[in-house]
Parts: sequence; C-alpha cells; structure tokens
Amino acid sequence: MTDIQYLAPTTLDEAIRAYAAADGTGHILAGGTDLLVQTQAGMVQPGLIVDIKNITDVTGIERAADGGFIVGAAVAGAALEKHTDFATAWPGVLEGLNLIGSTQIQGRASLGGNLCNGSPAADSVPALVAAGAILSVQGPDGRREIAVEDVPAGPGKTNLKPGEIAVSFAFPPRTKGASDAYLRMIPRTEMDIAVVGCGVNLTIEGGVCTAARVGLGAVAPTVLLVEKAANALIDSKLDDDAITAAAAACSAACNPIDDKRGTVEYRTRVAGVLLKRVVGIAAERAQA
Amino acid sequence: MAKLHISTTINGEPEEFLCAPNETMLDVLRNRLGLTGAKEGCGSGDCGACSITLDGTLVCSCLMLAAEAEDKEISTIEGMADGETLHPLQQKFLEEAALQCGICTPGMLVAAKALLDENPDPTETEVRFWLAGNLCRCTGYDKIIRAVMDTAAEMRGATK
Ligand SMILES: Cc1cc2nc3c(=O)[nH]c(=O)nc-3n(C[C@H](O)[C@H](O)[C@H](O)COP(=O)(O)OP(=O)(O)OC[C@H]3O[C@@H](n4cnc5c(N)ncnc54)[C@H](O)[C@@H]3O)c2cc1C
Ligand code: FES
Ligand code: FES
Repeated sequence: MTDIQYLAPTTLDEAIRAYAAADGTGHILAGGTDLLVQTQAGMVQPGLIVDIKNITDVTGIERAADGGFIVGAAVAGAALEKHTDFATAWPGVLEGLNLIGSTQIQGRASLGGNLCNGSPAADSVPALVAAGAILSVQGPDGRREIAVEDVPAGPGKTNLKPGEIAVSFAFPPRTKGASDAYLRMIPRTEMDIAVVGCGVNLTIEGGVCTAARVGLGAVAPTVLLVEKAANALIDSKLDDDAITAAAAACSAACNPIDDKRGTVEYRTRVAGVLLKRVVGIAAERAQA
Repeated sequence: MAKLHISTTINGEPEEFLCAPNETMLDVLRNRLGLTGAKEGCGSGDCGACSITLDGTLVCSCLMLAAEAEDKEISTIEGMADGETLHPLQQKFLEEAALQCGICTPGMLVAAKALLDENPDPTETEVRFWLAGNLCRCTGYDKIIRAVMDTAAEMRGATK
C-alpha cells in the first residue's frame, strides 16, 4: 500500500508549499463530497491530502472595499446560506449552491469544490458565471485572477496550474435593479444530476434590461457563458421577442451528451425553456 | 502507514484516537471507538445513515476524514439521550412506530435533532426537505415525518 499523508495547514503559504511539493499526487480537500467519494471508489489515489479548511483566506465571507463580496472557496453551502446580506444580493448563486445534495452534503459542499471538480453539470457554476464572479487562485508563482467561465477545461479538468489553489470568489458590487436566479432540470424532483442548469443575472433600469449574463450547465463539456443570449436581452424590455431570441441562443450553444438522463434533442430544447423561466424569476427579483 | 494522533470532543467528552490519514470518521467511530450507532448504508453520501454533527453542523461521517476531527466537537446518536432519559425525538419515534429495522433511525434522529435545534417550528415541507438525504427502505416516510412534527410541537409546548 502506498503511504498517504494528511495535512491541515493554517496558512495558504504552507498549503501551497506542501501541495506543490507533492508533485501531482496531492489533492486539495475542501468539503470532500466529491474527493472522498472518488477516493473511496478508487478513482483517485492521493499521496497527500491537503485539508484547506483551517485557512481563514478560504473559509471567510467578507465585504470588499468596492462593496462586493469575497467568498472563500471552501465556504460550505450551509454557512453561506446563513449570511443574509449575501443571500439578498446573490439569491441565484445561493440557489445553485444550495441545490447540491442533501442537508448533510450542504454542511460540507463548497463553491470552490464544485468548480474545481470540473463537472459540466456542477450546479453552482452557471450561477457563478452569470454573476461575473472572479476566482482568485494562488500557487507557487503567486496570485492571479481568473473569470469563473475560464476555469473549466473539460469534464474533470480545470485551467488551474499545477500547485494552484482556489482561494476565493469576488462578486461585483450590486446596483439597484439587479438580481439573479438559477434553475436546473432533473428527471426527479430532488437529489439528481442536472440535465440542464441555467443561471441568469440581470440589471433592469426604467423597465429596460441594461446588463445581463447567462451561464448554462450540463449541455457541453464545460459550463458555458452564453453571450449571444445575454446580448438578445440587453437593451430590450424583456419582451417575448427578446426572450425567445435569448432562448434560441441558449439552444444553439448546446453541444450535449446523450445519456439516460436526457437525449441531445431534449437537453437542447430544455436549455431554451429554462432560460425563459430563469429570466422571469431574475427579472421579478430585480424589480422587487 | 503512519498513524495520526487526533484529539477531539465526542458527545461532550474529550476523546483521543489513532487513525490512518485516509480513514473516515464513520470507520473510526464504529471500529476504533465502539460507537456503532452511526451506520454505513452506502459510504458515498447518499443515505444519511452515518449522520453526525461536526461543530453543530449536520454531515455524513462517511464523507469526512477522522483526521478532520482534531479540535472539533462531534455529536453522535450515542450522545442524544440524557442517561436513561430518551430525547423527545427518540421517545416519539418509539411511540409512533417511526422505525422498523432501525438501520436508518440513528441518522434520522441525529438529522431531525439538528433541524429542531435550528428551527423549533418547521413546516412539514421543511422537515421533508431537511430529511431528504436520509433514506429509509422500510418504515415509509410518513410516520417519520409525523413523529418529527409531533415532537417539535411537544417541545414547543414544553418550553412555553
Ligand atoms: C450525495 C451527493 C449529492 C450531490 N449532489 C450534487 C448536485 O446536486 N449538484 C452538484 O453540482 N454536485 C453534487 N454533488 C457533488 C459535490 O457535492 C459538489 O461538487 C460539491 O460542491 C463539492 O464541493 P466540496 O467542497 O465537497 O469539494 P471536494 O470534494 O473537497 O473537492 C472537489 C474537487 O475539487 C478540488 N478542490 C476543492 N477545493 C479546491 C480549491 N480550493 N482549490 C483547488 N482545488 C480544489 C479537490 O481536490 C477535488 O478534486 C453531490 C455529491 C454527493 C455526495
Ligand atoms: S453511509 Fe454515509 S451517507 Fe450512506
Ligand atoms: S427502518 Fe429500516 S431503513 Fe428505515
């Protein structure tokens, strides 16, 4: 049996040093709801497990100088949900995160783990993309910032460099008349993997949509930022024509797999249907 | 494999144990500490039979490394009754026959207690969502949900 090591450093520098020194056999442990399932199943055989939950940089929820939020990559769903200011500002992001698993899973599952696990169907990621969240990562070569949509590289793969750890997500400050929403389609009503997930973030001023971002999950090898759908909404009054055009752009962006949960045709069609519903919810919240 | 020495608190008592770096909390509870109340139904986070609380948060002990327990507070089903006096949830599960084989029961009770600690007056929908990660293959969920609702009502009455 190969020797496994467990470390729970209290500083980011220590974590990065150990992780980089493990030469590809290191694995970051946040909530473990993906990692420990994978190690138990023998899919992953870590030489070193670096538990990052004793590091305050990755477990805090803070207000940035510009009024936005900085959410640690390892903050669990149950903890973020209790932060009422965040919940008011980003209900869609919270919807995505809180849809993950059961109460028990919520006690552990994090935004960073959901993103870094690299599943195209990860529920919080379309909402993070729609929010315009920026991920701050730190590695042996220092800190850098990456837009969330640029993190996934394919199923199970990210664009993080060897030794890099996801530290926190920066959410832009909220303006008046802006809100977000996330919905997923699953064959059951609970506890399943998304067939399509859609996140929308909107700003509405004087009845006109002045800014929009659309994130789409489970319909391609990575979660997608669908700019054409957003462009169809921007400068419109969110009338039927605009929403229909945005839905068509979502369907056009799909490049899904065929599996027991949904066929290509089904996923492509549902992507448009979900977009319409999510725009409705986000618009209602933005104008509340 | 080099063992880790972990100091933690379990059901209010200081506890120390040795474990392998990749050993789960569930395995340590059951195999090293003799706390066999938490059950392994799946080992993959799906069934909730291994539910415990970690610093007050409900988690699956099968998806937690035992090493993570260092300096933390763990509560298991063994800590729920006060000596010979059952917790109201345990009493109500018995009275209302909210169990059959009992495999899911420790997890159900630990999860239901975590809910009532946080929300003494949940709606039926809230109870059903909260317990959605606790699977039962024999009793059927209605009796379990009813027992939790009835306990909540009784506990609210007692504190008035
Ligand atoms: C029963 C069950 C139900 C589930 N349901 C859903 C669902 O409905 N929707 C969904 O999207 N997912 C679901 N999941 C998957 C999982 O819970 C989520 O992906 C979760 O967000 C993972 O977060 P975590 O903190 O537990 O990650 P971990 O398991 O700790 O980590 C996941 C991966 O990311 C890496 N990683 C974690 N944090 C960092 C970091 N800061 N920097 C670099 N790499 C990092 C880890 O090394 C690992 O490879 C479910 C899992 C279970 C067990
Ligand atoms: S044994 Fe842990 S959830 Fe089933
Ligand atoms: S009583 Fe048998 S599984 Fe619930």
